[in-house]
Amino acid sequence: MTARTTTYREALRAAHREALERDARVFIMGEDVGKYGGSYAVTKGFFDEFGPERIRDTPLSELAFVGIGVGAALGGQRPIVEIMTVNFSLLALDQIVNTAATVRHMSGGQFSVPIVIRMATGAGRQLAAQHSHSLEVWYAHVPGIRVLAPATLEDARGMLWPALEDPDPVVMFEHAQLYNLEGELADPAPVVDIERAAVRRRGRDLSVVTYGGSLPRVNEAVNALAQQGIDAEVIDLRVLRPLDWDTIVASVRKTHRVLVVDEGWRTCSLAAEIITGLIERAFYDLDAPPARVCSEEVPMPYPKHLEDAALPMPPKIVAAACRVCGTAA
Amino acid sequence: MIEFRLPSLGADMDKGTLLEWRVQPGDNVKKGDVVAVIDTTKAAIDVECWHDGRVEALLIEPGDEVPVGTVMAVLREAGETAEQLRARIDALRAVPTVPTSRVTPVAGVPRRVAVSPAARKRAAELGIDPAELTGTGTDGAITLADVEAAATKVHAPGRAEVMRQTIAAAMSRSKREIPHYYLAEDVPLAAATAFLAEHNSTRSVTERLLLAPLLLQAVARALQRYPDFNGFFRDGAFIRGIGIHVGVAITLRNGGLVAPALRDVPNKDLDTLNRELLDLVQRARAGSLKASELSDATITVTSLGEQGVRSVFPIIYPPQVAIVGFGRVLEQPWVIDGVVRPVPLVTASLGADHRTSDGHRGGLFLAAVRELLQRPQQLAQASP
Repeated sequence: MTARTTTYREALRAAHREALERDARVFIMGEDVGKYGGSYAVTKGFFDEFGPERIRDTPLSELAFVGIGVGAALGGQRPIVEIMTVNFSLLALDQIVNTAATVRHMSGGQFSVPIVIRMATGAGRQLAAQHSHSLEVWYAHVPGIRVLAPATLEDARGMLWPALEDPDPVVMFEHAQLYNLEGELADPAPVVDIERAAVRRRGRDLSVVTYGGSLPRVNEAVNALAQQGIDAEVIDLRVLRPLDWDTIVASVRKTHRVLVVDEGWRTCSLAAEIITGLIERAFYDLDAPPARVCSEEVPMPYPKHLEDAALPMPPKIVAAACRVCGTAA
Repeated sequence: MIEFRLPSLGADMDKGTLLEWRVQPGDNVKKGDVVAVIDTTKAAIDVECWHDGRVEALLIEPGDEVPVGTVMAVLREAGETAEQLRARIDALRAVPTVPTSRVTPVAGVPRRVAVSPAARKRAAELGIDPAELTGTGTDGAITLADVEAAATKVHAPGRAEVMRQTIAAAMSRSKREIPHYYLAEDVPLAAATAFLAEHNSTRSVTERLLLAPLLLQAVARALQRYPDFNGFFRDGAFIRGIGIHVGVAITLRNGGLVAPALRDVPNKDLDTLNRELLDLVQRARAGSLKASELSDATITVTSLGEQGVRSVFPIIYPPQVAIVGFGRVLEQPWVIDGVVRPVPLVTASLGADHRTSDGHRGGLFLAAVRELLQRPQQLAQASP
């Protein structure tokens, strides 16, 4: 096995190529995924390589093309539907929440919707308040769908195939700031699951639970904390629904302290759910009040300094971690 | 409406833990009834209520440790309705009444000590009281590390150690605040011992009178003449005690000391005093004293007994203003009518608060004790 330097975007591309090659039922559909190569260039070149039958450009109508995807999945295909950003996916909520997520239940198990819906999420690229939000929790709220948040090259490369194999709808969030993430990826790429959270760093003083685009910021913060003598464990949720409580609880049982870093807004956030779930499951293991660092409760600002101020950036994470650990920042 | 508060069962008590309610809501309570059992640093104490009433609400639960003065229960008086009490009870319930602060509460509203859930669980496993620890967590919360650090110490302080600390606090306060003066006098006990010998000659061992009640009664009768030694120094002034309740210093088997009161000593005959004294010693050692017994003493008497030495220079138990000590009874040469004769003697000593009395007055008081002990027959009768 060798390793080579690649990017998150390239890892996704490789995953899509593999899916298209392995399974003839797989096709990709979305705005500008064809001739333009995708807003984040994940499908660049595929139109020429795989043809318009499998790489399908759609009109600007999320409701329509996600609905087509649901229908194709019901009809036996394995559609990958790309939505430009989670903000736009709200137009397709009816198809995802009212149809894709419910058909298995409402048909008494006779039908399933094996669709994969991918979308970009998150801020940090000055795309302002209609292209920058982190609405993962809206989907994590809904029974009937699996929600993924690949935050590493391995997961960008490896999550798509098991998502396609899942007989039920899978929503996959790619944080817009991760596409250019560079790193080493083993070749052949490691097989990953879409069940478990991952411990990205072992530590004994504090569990920092995060996902998606916040993982690199957490890693930066945790390195700074190590300089101060705080040995933090980093849990990458990976799967936002269903949550892998075993991994989260096991970590907190060890460290007795938890900080959740979530780019979503604080109120009714994934962070809120994780802290509540921990209090339900591990109350007597907690040695300090749980804490969270989330986005400020404002529409995402456009100016760079305000955007940075609104996001859970490393200094905020460090300060919150110090509070939880009872030390001065 | 009566608010039943945790009484101070001694100057050294600032908090207590409810062990047991002896009443339930709806019970009728009469003055003097025991309503609760409170664990102090010294012993489990039966606490009486000094009002008649009907128990309307119990505000704390067994296991709660609260500061002295905390309203523990609300009683309804005759003629009151439950409605009239409701607002006050609700208000009391709204205040967190389970504070057990290690530090004195600052503003009157006590705050629950913050103990992290993990620390609380571990403390329970280790048998450590987290309220005794100093927290190092956020906002001073007691953390797992604090509990585990405490556990690595050789041992948690036991009751004897805690009692040692409370005695230390009371005696330090006494020596810090009270300008003691000391007087001593040799008291011939020939008449007293003869009286006891005669009195006991026809009695079984268990019914025999001891010297101690005689000494206590002599002190009590002397206090009737010199009431300025019977009472308390509070807020810069002497407050005369109502009744003469003599605290008896009792050494406990596990070490430590309590001084519960024999109430209304002058009004009791010697047999009664003898019986009550034995009962008090027994209950003190069994840890079943009543609250009033621990808080009511208006003076204290300490006797070193036969294993002791000739004299004692006793330290006042605040806020009392005097303490009388008796040493060992010794046969000594003594001149009577120009002839040296062997006489049993005891050295009586007085430690008194110079803020409330002077040596001259103390001398008269101690001399009165001496004279009273020369006429034991008079002491034998209850004071009219």
